[in-house]
Amino acid sequence: MTMALPSGGLLAASDSNALKDFINLICEPHWFFIISCAGLGVFLAGYRTLTKPAVAWIALVVFTLAYVLSALDPDFRSIIVKPDNVPITIMMYLVGFFLWLAFRQAAVNDEKMASGRPLTEAGSDDKVLVWPDLVYIELIALVFCTVALMVWTVILRAPLEQPADPSVAPNPAKAPWYFLGLQELLVYFDPWIAGVLLPGLIVVGLIAIPYMDKNPRGNGYYTFVERRFAITTFMVGFVILWVVLIVFGTFLRGPNWNFFGPYEYWDPHRPAALVNINLAQIFWVQMLGRGIPTEGFAFIPHYVIRELPGIVILVFYFLVLPGILRRTVFNRMGNQMGAVRYHLMAQLFLWMAFVPIKMVLRWTLNFKYFVAITEFFLNF
Amino acid sequence: MSVFDRFGNWVRGGQVWGSVFRHGVPRDRRTRAMAILSNVFLHLHPVAIRKSGIRLSFTWCMGGLTFFLFLIEVVTGVLLMFYYRPTVEYAYFDIEGLRAHVTLGLLREMHRWGAHAMVIAIWLHMLRVFLTGSYKPPREFNWSIGVILLVLTLLLSFTGYLLPWDQLAMWAITVGSNMARATPLLGHEGPLASLVMVGDVPLVHAGDDARFGLLAGTFVGPNALLRFYVLHCVFIPVVATILIAVHFWRIRKDGGVSGPL
Repeated sequence: MTMALPSGGLLAASDSNALKDFINLICEPHWFFIISCAGLGVFLAGYRTLTKPAVAWIALVVFTLAYVLSALDPDFRSIIVKPDNVPITIMMYLVGFFLWLAFRQAAVNDEKMASGRPLTEAGSDDKVLVWPDLVYIELIALVFCTVALMVWTVILRAPLEQPADPSVAPNPAKAPWYFLGLQELLVYFDPWIAGVLLPGLIVVGLIAIPYMDKNPRGNGYYTFVERRFAITTFMVGFVILWVVLIVFGTFLRGPNWNFFGPYEYWDPHRPAALVNINLAQIFWVQMLGRGIPTEGFAFIPHYVIRELPGIVILVFYFLVLPGILRRTVFNRMGNQMGAVRYHLMAQLFLWMAFVPIKMVLRWTLNFKYFVAITEFFLNF
Repeated sequence: MSVFDRFGNWVRGGQVWGSVFRHGVPRDRRTRAMAILSNVFLHLHPVAIRKSGIRLSFTWCMGGLTFFLFLIEVVTGVLLMFYYRPTVEYAYFDIEGLRAHVTLGLLREMHRWGAHAMVIAIWLHMLRVFLTGSYKPPREFNWSIGVILLVLTLLLSFTGYLLPWDQLAMWAITVGSNMARATPLLGHEGPLASLVMVGDVPLVHAGDDARFGLLAGTFVGPNALLRFYVLHCVFIPVVATILIAVHFWRIRKDGGVSGPL
């Protein structure tokens, strides 16, 4: 339902509405996610061409144009002008710019290495005095930062809503913007996974990166060819699972945490007609055509039998798959790392992959849990 | 020689100036080195640095800006503490009065936007360090400290979010802290917590679980406000300051700004 008024401007009302409907459609979770991943994949595959300044300028202009035209829509505008959402606009531009800057330099360095010329960062013995060369750069950076912050301070008031009232819950109740990616995970995982286990694994995983990455190359300069796996994995985590999920949670999640297209009115009464089903239901009822087991067998409690298909899948995924990967795609890396490092990396990697797997299954099959032992809140 | 030059020379030649800056005007190699070595703040730097290490396109200056934003937060935060009382009766109206009646009441805006900017800056700093492979030996440990500092930055921002005590604050913290009650074993709605009991008495319940520890109550109330205030203004900044010191010191000890080996 589009309650947005035709905004006029460049497009006739009917064209504009058709376009808005199309954009609302491709912003639906599975399309938004697939397009983001495809975009990242294309960027990493074609970074040498795509980071050429001309291409970057076109991307900047197209994105800005789309953003500004979108702001003509009252529903979209109401989201982006919220004071606490302004940092997200700033973040999107900064992340885009710095990704370009990093991969541009990686492209230049990779071409230099291919033709045997020295790196941009080469000449480590060339030293300059910190005074004046560095302290003046720092001074100028501080001045620019201060000026930017002052301008931001003067033109935008910090939000102050009604006094806190425990009896009036806003809908949607959103966490601070930098945690919206985690809040989005609550849709697909139980709170103890989304709110405790996954954040813990993120922190542990980040700390463990230098101890797992035994690739000696690419130390201290921009490159992509020398570190394809490490950089691709980090980019998926940083761009998709962090930035894209924040953008998603900010712009596309409305009342009751329902999905709303960017140009849709946030209707709090829109029903969410989703019935999510567990693997046990799919296996026992839909595939075998019988009831879900309710009886135990000997000393095995009934919930273990009921959840057997999910338990088998998860045991395979987390315990067998690392060994298979070790002998196939991760063969060379596994040899480099040694057993302990490899299995730590494999567990973290598989947990990271588990997140998009469950998200896609939810969007496509209304899939809820592989294993649902609700008796102990143990749901995966 | 103009009157200003003569005045400048008179100041620089006097005892006061000489006691503060124990070197001549930094115009040659020796005095420039002295300018760094004899200043407690500047001596965070080495005297000389790898040429590629100071290119703005290499470092983006993001680590430095994160630290600078931290300092801005400290200064504006201390000034805000003069006006703000962390109690349910006063908190909201102190903030309201701050924007309506106080000269330079814009400090709260600077504090809030500076906090957002710091979160963005520290992410970009991490992105830069990762993409240049600067976490690789010998800098592994400093990367780990950096990750902790990232978490502390998010926690600083999160604890500060509650202090205005408006609807936005209270419900964002309610959403965030609800996660804690699902902590395995330690949260009363977490997995396996129902197994922790003595006889028939559950040891983990809403009145003593992880969420209770965070909020000092079963809901976001006056105790939570005080607790977040102390965490925000004292505890986390002190821990962050110590780790920042270690972080900077390790940059020097691990060979300075990274470059090709």
